[in-house]
Amino acid sequence: MKNHVLWESSLFELIRRTSVDLPCDIEQGLRRACKTEKKASRARWVLETLLENVQKARDNDAPLCQDTGSLIFYFQVPVGFDTNALASATRLAVARATRLGYLRQNTIDSVSGSACATNVAYGAPTFYFEQCARGTVDVRLLMKGGGCENVGKQYSLPDESLGGGRDLEGVRRCVLDAVVSAQGNGCAPGILGVCIGGDRATGYECSKSQFLRKLDDKSSVKILARLEDRLLKESKVLEIGPMGLGGSTALLGLKIGSMSRVPASFFVTVSYMCWAFRRRGAVLTIRGGFKKWLY
Amino acid sequence: MALLKPRRLEYPFTPEQVGSLRAGQFVLVSGLVYTARDRIHKYFFDGGKSPVDLKNAALYHCGPVVIRKDSDWVVRAAGPTTSIREEPYLPRIVKDHGVRVIIGKGSMGKVTEGACKAGGCVYLHAVGGAAQVLAEKVVSVKGLYFGEEFGLAEAMWVLELKDFPAIVAIDSRGHNLLRRIKSASLRMGRKLMKSFDPFIP
Repeated sequence: MKNHVLWESSLFELIRRTSVDLPCDIEQGLRRACKTEKKASRARWVLETLLENVQKARDNDAPLCQDTGSLIFYFQVPVGFDTNALASATRLAVARATRLGYLRQNTIDSVSGSACATNVAYGAPTFYFEQCARGTVDVRLLMKGGGCENVGKQYSLPDESLGGGRDLEGVRRCVLDAVVSAQGNGCAPGILGVCIGGDRATGYECSKSQFLRKLDDKSSVKILARLEDRLLKESKVLEIGPMGLGGSTALLGLKIGSMSRVPASFFVTVSYMCWAFRRRGAVLTIRGGFKKWLY
Repeated sequence: MALLKPRRLEYPFTPEQVGSLRAGQFVLVSGLVYTARDRIHKYFFDGGKSPVDLKNAALYHCGPVVIRKDSDWVVRAAGPTTSIREEPYLPRIVKDHGVRVIIGKGSMGKVTEGACKAGGCVYLHAVGGAAQVLAEKVVSVKGLYFGEEFGLAEAMWVLELKDFPAIVAIDSRGHNLLRRIKSASLRMGRKLMKSFDPFIP
């Protein structure tokens, strides 16, 4: 790949922007939620603080949240594109963003416990590459903090304790349970990504990829769109509220996807993304030049 | 539910000051606090010595983004991390070191309620993810311990705060605001599952 410098600089800009600038759909979601909470309530106080934080992060050109999370890159590249070179340019950009304080030193060696100064290590960042029949490179980035990652859950249906069978009512019960279990600990109001089916690994992959959808879209599968709607409404009556301090806004959104499964398995996987929903994307030329933002 | 006028809480955090706080109250914290998260909690729990006197002090569950500018440390982002992970370690640390205030986020259980009651301590809940709003409440960085051993995110930073906003989640009587909210949501969740209105395609 020619022009390593251009690639590095475009990818660095993507990381910077993801870290400091909350996407517009999520900010609007927070604004709408703020209006629905009672004046002078704890819920309102939290949401107003979050909105103030969003503005300050932009103004200060500094991370929205100090937990800059695990970095997950989703690349769509032209057929035959050199993805190794793309990965190394990305690693350089990650190291620079860490040096400049857009990312925290957030990568720990799981055996020795030592912190890595660059955030570039085995398994960090995470890459997904997909070849597409077009002449540009699409790159999307999720920065997912540890607090919300820790409240993700995977269920195997039937689940006796929930009275959930192998049907969409069973899925509904799993999701309700996940919302109640998470309380505010994933930094509510969050967005849920749900995958019906898949295996233990792909279930989580698919549930996280739901976060690439826009907040106000609906599943193209009619029945799943209905389930998304219903669960979002039900999440409000749980009275968990922002940060679990009470109120109606436990979730800003809920996205459900599905994958095929083997006859013996029926997993329902729920990933939680905090309100500091750091998700950005860009279309780049095959030389690494910037074309346009995706979000 | 109107938010009461904020109570002010200033270092050193005396038993009287802290003892008068009640779960649900809104507070503004000023003065010195010490950041401590997973590594430090385990270290203290295992009997490790504290480089500073933590009597009547506040532990802040926070791993800030701090960068070096010339000879100064500059806080780029700092907010609370999830506190429940530290729960198993807290009773011993509160007892051994006389910690008076814990600042973090997220619901805590019976163990922390007990530690607060026994130690005359409170658990304050700050707004998670509000790293810019809360970093502005850090007036200065007064010191750094364990930076080499535990890494900058896990180190013990000595921060001076001014009017740092939080809600009293557990008071020194052991009353737990978030447990009440959690119990109610559990009941409602069960009701939603039982009220037999299943989701049928």
